[in-house]
Amino acid sequence: ETSKYRSLAGFSSVLFVVLSLVKVFLSQSPEAACLSAEDISPSSNGPRDDDPDDLFAEATEEVSLDSPERQPILSDGPSPAITPVTPVMISPRVDVFDRSPDQDEDEEENRDTFDIQISVSDPEKVGDGMNAYMVYKVTTKTSLSIFSRDEVCVKRRFSDFLGLYSKLASKYMHMGYIVPPAPEKSIVGMTKVKVGKEDLSSVEFVEKRRSALERYLLRTVKHPALLKDPDVLQFLESSELPRAVSTQALSGAGILRMVNKAADAVNKMTIKMNESDAWFEEKQQQFENLDVQLRKLHASVESLVCHRKELSVNTASFAKSAAMLGNSEDHTALSRALSQLAEVEEKIDQLHQDQSYADFYLISELLGDYVRLITAVKGVFDQRMKAWAKWQDAQVMLQRKREAEAKLQYANKPDKLQQATDEIREWEGKVQQGERDFEQISKNIRREVGRFEKDRVKDFRVVIIKYLESLVHTQQQLIKYWEAFLPEAKAIA
Amino acid sequence: MMLLAVNVDLQTDATLQVDISDALSERDKVKFTVHTKSTLPNFKQNEFSVVRQHEEFIWLHDSFVENEEYAGYIIPPAPPRPDFDASREKLQKLGEGEGSMTKEEFTKMKQELEAEYLAIFKKTVAMHEVFLCRVAAHPVLRKDLNFHVFLEYNQDLSVRGKNKKERLEDFFKNVVKSADGVLVAGVKDVDDFFEHEKTFLLEYHNRVKEASAKSDRKIRSHKNAADDINRIASTLYTLGTQDSTDLCKFFLKVSELFEKTRKIEARVAADEDLKLADLLKYYLRESQAAKDLLYRRGRALVDYENANKALDKARAKNKDVLQAETTQQVCCQKFEKISESAKQELIDFKTRRVAAFRKNLVELAELELKHAKGNLQLLQSCLGVLKGDT
Repeated sequence: ETSKYRSLAGFSSVLFVVLSLVKVFLSQSPEAACLSAEDISPSSNGPRDDDPDDLFAEATEEVSLDSPERQPILSDGPSPAITPVTPVMISPRVDVFDRSPDQDEDEEENRDTFDIQISVSDPEKVGDGMNAYMVYKVTTKTSLSIFSRDEVCVKRRFSDFLGLYSKLASKYMHMGYIVPPAPEKSIVGMTKVKVGKEDLSSVEFVEKRRSALERYLLRTVKHPALLKDPDVLQFLESSELPRAVSTQALSGAGILRMVNKAADAVNKMTIKMNESDAWFEEKQQQFENLDVQLRKLHASVESLVCHRKELSVNTASFAKSAAMLGNSEDHTALSRALSQLAEVEEKIDQLHQDQSYADFYLISELLGDYVRLITAVKGVFDQRMKAWAKWQDAQVMLQRKREAEAKLQYANKPDKLQQATDEIREWEGKVQQGERDFEQISKNIRREVGRFEKDRVKDFRVVIIKYLESLVHTQQQLIKYWEAFLPEAKAIA
Repeated sequence: MMLLAVNVDLQTDATLQVDISDALSERDKVKFTVHTKSTLPNFKQNEFSVVRQHEEFIWLHDSFVENEEYAGYIIPPAPPRPDFDASREKLQKLGEGEGSMTKEEFTKMKQELEAEYLAIFKKTVAMHEVFLCRVAAHPVLRKDLNFHVFLEYNQDLSVRGKNKKERLEDFFKNVVKSADGVLVAGVKDVDDFFEHEKTFLLEYHNRVKEASAKSDRKIRSHKNAADDINRIASTLYTLGTQDSTDLCKFFLKVSELFEKTRKIEARVAADEDLKLADLLKYYLRESQAAKDLLYRRGRALVDYENANKALDKARAKNKDVLQAETTQQVCCQKFEKISESAKQELIDFKTRRVAAFRKNLVELAELELKHAKGNLQLLQSCLGVLKGDT
């Protein structure tokens, strides 16, 4: 499974080069608002900059779109004072009347009443040979009103999950939403299952996939916008689902492609992005660092899982040999003690095995999930740059149209003049839309990153504590076993 | 100097006490300082030291094996050759890879490899010491002249390593021995004691071999897992210093925890190595030495029986009877002498074995408990802090 991360790693190093190139072009205005993560109060539900009671609505600058020499808007924002009462995300321009429908989730549901449980269970093989596939039962239990029933069960196959992700990504990613990626495809793993090998590795593979699918769904519905999405609802509720097509384009390779497109767009930017909002630059750097370290950690944990499994196998093997030695030992008490040692080692081998499962399902899979999630986060930052580039291109085009119009005025061609004027209006509209889109995606990203980081803190805390508890249990068992053995050893006379 | 736990009750005799008081590791050899304290009149002084190398220990061992007088004793097994190759290779690789890791990582790994080297070094010293102590404790072998020369002669013994011809001879000797071994082992012994010992030792030796190999593999996995935890701790530390959320404190605390627990895990592996793996390896060698004794007795028995047959033939032909009688007498005496001392040797072997296993198994269990309790305490205290923070 490390190969998929190698390809993503390769990609991320490309992206890092791109990002650093972009950074070279950034000029930081000294008054740029510098917001660090501590400004995001963990207790707030994200930025409230759409709030009509926003104290700083008046603090933003009115910028005229007519001055061609004006710098991209970001560098001009002075940083208003932040009152200690309500930590606020400052965006360069707040247009309180420009509400797109998705902004309603800024009044986020109170997390405490997030009442939905999803489980993926009962994997079943359908069909035979290479056309076979696994079907999973997806059970949703909820009291939320958007669902038609309290409890609903549906049957879904892996490509259905990929199809869902594909739809959500294409709908939301360009708006700056961090869409949780679906689990990876695995040709090797699936082939074994199809071919009908009932061995331990294919059982483990199916369990690993089942668990990953469950985590995927839980993460998806935790996102307030995605939870309400009709595709998500259909996925969870409707008994029949149209077969997802072209799923080859999805999952890991799909994200790659989508983000690569954004990276290409970033690459092709002819105007250097003037990032006066250090928040974005800082965040991108942080996620880059996080990515590197998480991958490293993931590799080490995978190695630990492997070695602990080995340790379990070797302990079992030693236990057998100790039992044999005990059998051939002709001193009775020593013989008995050696048999007891063999029993202790057998129990310890089981402990190691259980521990390696904990290593894997708790830590390793969490890290794998987050490596994929961070790819999605980085993708979203790239979408923002893409939006910026689009806006800039529109401005350039507008400028050209204006110059063309000016020329035509001297040339005195009235009918062409009218067309030129129309075109100017068209491009003025596009510039406005570009700016709006850019601000919207910037705002969305700030909110998404805040939410993401909150979730990340919670996820890691919960998992690491659970993991430490598993380690505690292992040590407690070890103490029990050795305490039972000690008198046996002492009894050798 | 650290003594292997198999060295039970070997240092209680004041008339001859031997130990390795110092050792020096040079590029391709180890120099042991053998220190003797003795009230025996054979020696010029009461206390003295000489420097010996591994080959000289082997020479001493082989001189015992080749001495017909000692055919009836379990010859203490020779210590294995000091082998630092693996450790040296690792240190070299570390040096080559210095540029690719941070200064802290490099220092940490260097310290660990140096500790590993030191552990191997200590072990080889202990194994050479045990050999000498076994000889010094043996009522007959301790009087051996070669042994006294080994202890006292303060020049180089000039026992060059065997040349190719000699090594080939050894090889063939061993081949013949094993073929003979099969032959001899097949003959059922009249004496129940020896018959039982033969059956027991053949099986026991194989089982110890198996258990020794398996325990080595287990301990290696354990060390590998501890290394992984080390890397995890380092990465968690980096994450802790970089993270912009509350997780930074969390990561730092867990990193600190794993640093400590992995040290304990490494100690567990090292203690298992010492108390279990080394014990099994030692008894692998000792059981082989006991088998060799049985073989020698078996050979003497065959010689005796052949001499009997020859005597009968001579008497029947009435030719060379006196000579045949003498030969038969010699063989008989040799066989009976070996049988008598062998019996005692094998009984002593069992006593030593049981005592060594008892001591080591008890110490192993106590150490495992100590480490598990240490681990548990670290984990619980860290959990307490982490849970309290939320």
